[in-house]
Amino acid sequence: MTDMTGKKDILHELCTGQPLAVLATAAGCDPYASLVAVAMTANLRQLYFATPRATRKWANLAGNHQVSLLIDNRSNQITDFSRAAAATILGTAEELTGAEREEGLELYLARHPHLAEFTASPSCALFRVQVSSIYLVTRFQNVMEFHFTP
Amino acid sequence: MRQPSGLIINLADLTANDLSRAGGKGVALGRLARAGLPVPPGVCITTDVYQQYLDGTGLRQRLPLLLERKPFSEMRWEELWDLGLRVRALFLNTPLPLGLAAELTVVLTPLFDELPVTVRSSAPAEDSASASFAGLHDSFVNVRGLPAILDHLRLVWASLWSDRALLYRQELGLDPETSAMAVVVQELVVGDCSGVAFSRCPGREELAVIETVWGLNQGLVDGDVEPDRLLLEPASGKVIERHSPPRVHACRATDGGVHLAPLPPTEREATPLSDMAAARVLDLLHQAEDLFGVAQDLEWTLRDETLFALQSRPITTSETPKECGERVWYLSLHRSIASLKGLRQTIEEELLPQMAGDADRLAAVNLVALDDEALAEAIRERQQVLDGWETRYREVCIPMAHGIRLFGQVYNDRLRPDDPFAFLDLLAGDAGLLAVQRNRELLELAGLLRDDSTLAARLRDGVKPDPGSAFAAALAGFTARFGDLAWVMGGATGGLEGVTTLLLEMAAAQHTTQTSRHRPDEGIFLNAFAPAEQEFARELLEIGRASYRLRDNDNLFIGHLTERLQEARDEAARRLTVQKNNELAGLPVPVRERVAKRLTPVAATAGNRRSAGARLQARQLVGQSAGPGLGQGLARVISSPSDLASFKAAEILVCDAVDPNMTFVVPLASGIVERRGGMLIHGAIIAREYGIPCVTGVPEATQLIRTGDRLTVDGFLGLVIISAAHLQGGSHD
Repeated sequence: MTDMTGKKDILHELCTGQPLAVLATAAGCDPYASLVAVAMTANLRQLYFATPRATRKWANLAGNHQVSLLIDNRSNQITDFSRAAAATILGTAEELTGAEREEGLELYLARHPHLAEFTASPSCALFRVQVSSIYLVTRFQNVMEFHFTP
Repeated sequence: MRQPSGLIINLADLTANDLSRAGGKGVALGRLARAGLPVPPGVCITTDVYQQYLDGTGLRQRLPLLLERKPFSEMRWEELWDLGLRVRALFLNTPLPLGLAAELTVVLTPLFDELPVTVRSSAPAEDSASASFAGLHDSFVNVRGLPAILDHLRLVWASLWSDRALLYRQELGLDPETSAMAVVVQELVVGDCSGVAFSRCPGREELAVIETVWGLNQGLVDGDVEPDRLLLEPASGKVIERHSPPRVHACRATDGGVHLAPLPPTEREATPLSDMAAARVLDLLHQAEDLFGVAQDLEWTLRDETLFALQSRPITTSETPKECGERVWYLSLHRSIASLKGLRQTIEEELLPQMAGDADRLAAVNLVALDDEALAEAIRERQQVLDGWETRYREVCIPMAHGIRLFGQVYNDRLRPDDPFAFLDLLAGDAGLLAVQRNRELLELAGLLRDDSTLAARLRDGVKPDPGSAFAAALAGFTARFGDLAWVMGGATGGLEGVTTLLLEMAAAQHTTQTSRHRPDEGIFLNAFAPAEQEFARELLEIGRASYRLRDNDNLFIGHLTERLQEARDEAARRLTVQKNNELAGLPVPVRERVAKRLTPVAATAGNRRSAGARLQARQLVGQSAGPGLGQGLARVISSPSDLASFKAAEILVCDAVDPNMTFVVPLASGIVERRGGMLIHGAIIAREYGIPCVTGVPEATQLIRTGDRLTVDGFLGLVIISAAHLQGGSHD
């Protein structure tokens, strides 16, 4: 297995295997980070997350669609420095409605069935992030970039 | 004695249940002692102490950062040695926590006080019935006094991660999270003669074998003293055969260690072990066999007619031949100073002069004058000569490189520098380094061109220099000594296009790097030794420097022979373009010679790969710092010899493996990135000579970096940051 193939496998496992990600949004010059449950398509091009509309992140997203998410597999042990991997995802978030919402929700709930009640709430928004790039960090400092064409 | 805390256990009190805490050697010695066999008194410092040391010093966190920086599977032998040295330095520079040291002092002082002792490794996975890993971890003989015992305790712990152990990491189950080391401390028995005994003689299984030397066993174990070899009938104890080599040295106890001393005439003439004493050793071996129930490999010593068992472990044949071949070859590279002195003499006084003689002899042949049959024969002969020297290079020159390692280890043990590779400063800057001499002459030639813009312009237009000019004379002098570099750059030998292009680039460059190294005062090293040790220290420094110099130089000697082969091939190729020729057909086909073999053709998808609408780009790659400094420039990926001719000033040399024959571009380079890893590889050596930032051991460097990528080479942290055209700013992390 080449290094590059290995990195692709790690990235795929990370993005489709980890249930949670740190979502960074911004209100003007003020960044804001929150933890969200995520589901990613197999081709890593789209990512879905849900949030109540009364939250700060929803308000931020209404004003600025650019987001960054961090997904990692750290175990909070010292070995994380060499064994953990982290993916920084860059993209544009869009709240889904209608058929697109139904389609996204199906994928999202397949990953997080326990959130069915939460997402069924009229106050819960489902977002789709169109991923433009992913930076994969392994072994503390190895960084690979994956850029997606729109 | 079994301390309530369980930190230290008397050997005789150890049982099989203690294996995970006392290790294989400790448990085996315990069993021998309990059975009443004569074992020197001693204790086992359990793995609990190792664990407490890691926890109390923060090494629990620091060790994995070192050991897991790169997957073991991607490390070459050189990198394993580097890693072993770094770990050793970490342990050396990290004292025991005061509380732990006090606890050990309370127990050890009454037992040993100022008695000379042995401090020996006893790893839980070291010796078992199914596997034996003798010699992977360190043991020390003739250690005296508590501070020295505690020092050597840490050295033995560090050897849990020695390069030799890391080679066998899978069999040993080495894991920074779980592995630990116990240590056996025993009174030293200074035997009159010592040896090893095996239940079965390899190849003659029906016989037992005893090897014996005068003095301590260390000389035999290290391979410095050739033993007398006795074959015995196991049942009767009768000595069937005796093989006695010339007896020259014995390993003797000296201040704080051991040394090889010449034997007095009486001992040279006499066998160390009489038939009667051999029967006693065999009897001891039988007792050990009976106790353990399997064939044994027993270390023993005999002092004043008293026989002692020093160690006993099962004889195993667990390794597959293939594994054995590669790893055993690497292990054979660990050489003592005595062995290295012999190698140096062989290389300097025999090999290099003979290689130069062969190259001169072949250069004197007028190939053009040979008929086709004679030319074909010349090509075959040159190939044969080169192959022969390549084999000798592997047998003699590569092992000589261990001199650098041996020097480094002793330097670190004595001076304990923060940087475990600080010792290289004392070896670098060698005026005898041929690659540096070659590059200096190139820069002088480039200087002539810089001063004569008319000549430079003419050369740029392809006009040959006036044969009577100073430049032509200097260039002829250069090629007579170092060749025309064409075989390295993939051109036809005898053509000066390659070297001319290189000189024009050097002449036009704003800056070329000159060697700037000034050796630090060697007194820093020598003063760390007592007057009685001065000779040893000077000898070691001399061996280290010779080893460093020869490691690079011997490649250039091979290069001359490669050039001679290439020029004969070029002549054959020239004739074949004129007419079909059965005699020469097939002979000019270039083999992948020394430089080309080290380069890997770059895949079409290198650097920037597209798949299903996604583009992959390496952003930051981790290697090992091999030359400090920060260098920035455009990458020049060398994937074939001809790429060297395209090298531009201030570019960063990126390649699979640097050969000394291709380092003439280094004065132009602003950094070096190499896939092959290690602090002592050629790329690192030449980078150090020029003070150029260098990162080695970057997996897939030539595949992930493209020519033209803007690179930052962080030679401090061992990072390569790639800023392709579309990327902005600095590092991501």
